[in-house]
Amino acid sequence: MNAIPFGMYVPGDSILHRLDPRVKMGATLLLMVLPFAVHGLAGHIVLSTFLLALVLIAGVSLSDLGRTLRTVFWIAFLMFFLYLFTTPGEPLVAVGRIAVTRQGVLSAGIQIYRLCLLVISASLLTFTTSPVQLAHGLEAMLFPLERIRLPVRELAMVLTIALRFVPTLQEEIDKIAKAQRARGVDLSAGGPLRRARNLVPIFVPVFVSAFRRADELAMAMDARGFRGAAHRTHMRKLYLGLQDLLAALVVLGLALVTIWLK
Amino acid sequence: MDEKIIQIEGLSFTYPDGHRALNNISLTVNRGESVAFIGPNGAGKSTLLLHLNGILRSPNGAVKVLGHPVAENYLRLIRSKVGLVFQDPEDQLFSPTVFDDVAFGPINMGCPEAEIRQRVNQALQQVQMGGYEKRSPHHLSVGEKKRIAIATVLSMNPEVLVLDEPTSNLDPRGRWELIELLRGLPLTKLIATHDLEMVRNLCERTILLDRGRIVADGPTPAILTDKLLLAEHGLAPPIVGQA
Repeated sequence: MNAIPFGMYVPGDSILHRLDPRVKMGATLLLMVLPFAVHGLAGHIVLSTFLLALVLIAGVSLSDLGRTLRTVFWIAFLMFFLYLFTTPGEPLVAVGRIAVTRQGVLSAGIQIYRLCLLVISASLLTFTTSPVQLAHGLEAMLFPLERIRLPVRELAMVLTIALRFVPTLQEEIDKIAKAQRARGVDLSAGGPLRRARNLVPIFVPVFVSAFRRADELAMAMDARGFRGAAHRTHMRKLYLGLQDLLAALVVLGLALVTIWLK
Repeated sequence: MDEKIIQIEGLSFTYPDGHRALNNISLTVNRGESVAFIGPNGAGKSTLLLHLNGILRSPNGAVKVLGHPVAENYLRLIRSKVGLVFQDPEDQLFSPTVFDDVAFGPINMGCPEAEIRQRVNQALQQVQMGGYEKRSPHHLSVGEKKRIAIATVLSMNPEVLVLDEPTSNLDPRGRWELIELLRGLPLTKLIATHDLEMVRNLCERTILLDRGRIVADGPTPAILTDKLLLAEHGLAPPIVGQA
């Protein structure tokens, strides 16, 4: 129940953890594009070495990384066979009209390698950035949109509060499921339709209590003088430090070098 | 010391579903008093508390805080002067860190940053939770959550502290610690509770509510020793021989 598949946040104190979330988001975007923009063996070697180094710096264990990569296993599996059998070229093995070509093997390999780099880059961000920091970074990046009356601060607040209540809700579901099981509801009995129906006695009380919670939360916010985000003091300002600047330069440099290398 | 801090004159309140929760309530609370509201479930205690902070409002200005009617144009002032702590701290603590939660009120008041930090510090000291700034409220114990919930209103520098069932769900030690803590806060206190032992130890005045009416209002020792009165309103074992 606790397995959040795609790169859960791993608390730590590495340089990657301390970087400004905006820099990290920008860098991640760039790193996700690079595997597709680089077209040379040397470039690819530099790029994957760099990513591997980042993984080590972030202090992410290889088993965590492996677990993240496993989430895309079936996509990779499918992709592999699609490329293997549909790429025309010089046949290696042929069974009837279906042929595995040299080019097919090569491009299947390359696509899977790209997919893995993509996943590693994306999960590096979520491994080293807490959801709350991500929300702050997003808020800071979208802040210019306030000009066109997009309520960015409110949205960020909604996001942070929602994230805060995920574990609370999870505990509640757990508690209610236990209570219903104690009264004899068998959650795993029957076919898919029956099992879906079994969830009704869990979700109804969960929703009821979530609404009650929301109501009380709104009252508690009201009682503490909340009048919308516009009246609030701006507290959590993000500052770009020297290390953020350096990190941005390093990633930009890497992009230029790997694309230039043939 | 006899400054009237809360005045209620003929307050009635009916919920939209027609349930009449408060019926012609009148009372005055002076600065520095510690008042308990007791009564069976559904007596109207919580509804009354919600009126003190303007969450619920009576249209005819029956409730006055510091001489100001609880109405739209005084709400900001009143909400900073009357700190309302709800029963379930889980429903009020919604920020990723303790600091953010305690800072929420002052941030809403538009205080400058340095003052916010100073207020948060002070509020956490007052509930003996200094050093918890960076913790996630979700992972604290119930007693700790309660104290943080109290700190979240103390940071607004209130003059009145209003608490709904502060000792519910606490273990005996947590409960006594909380009672001691509340006793140490030099504020006017209004507490709705079933915990008569706390009332005895904390409040010099007790108001007994039942079915939306004030049944008794007087010094705590007098009311809590009136077995007949308590039994009649379901707060003590029924007295044998009484109908």
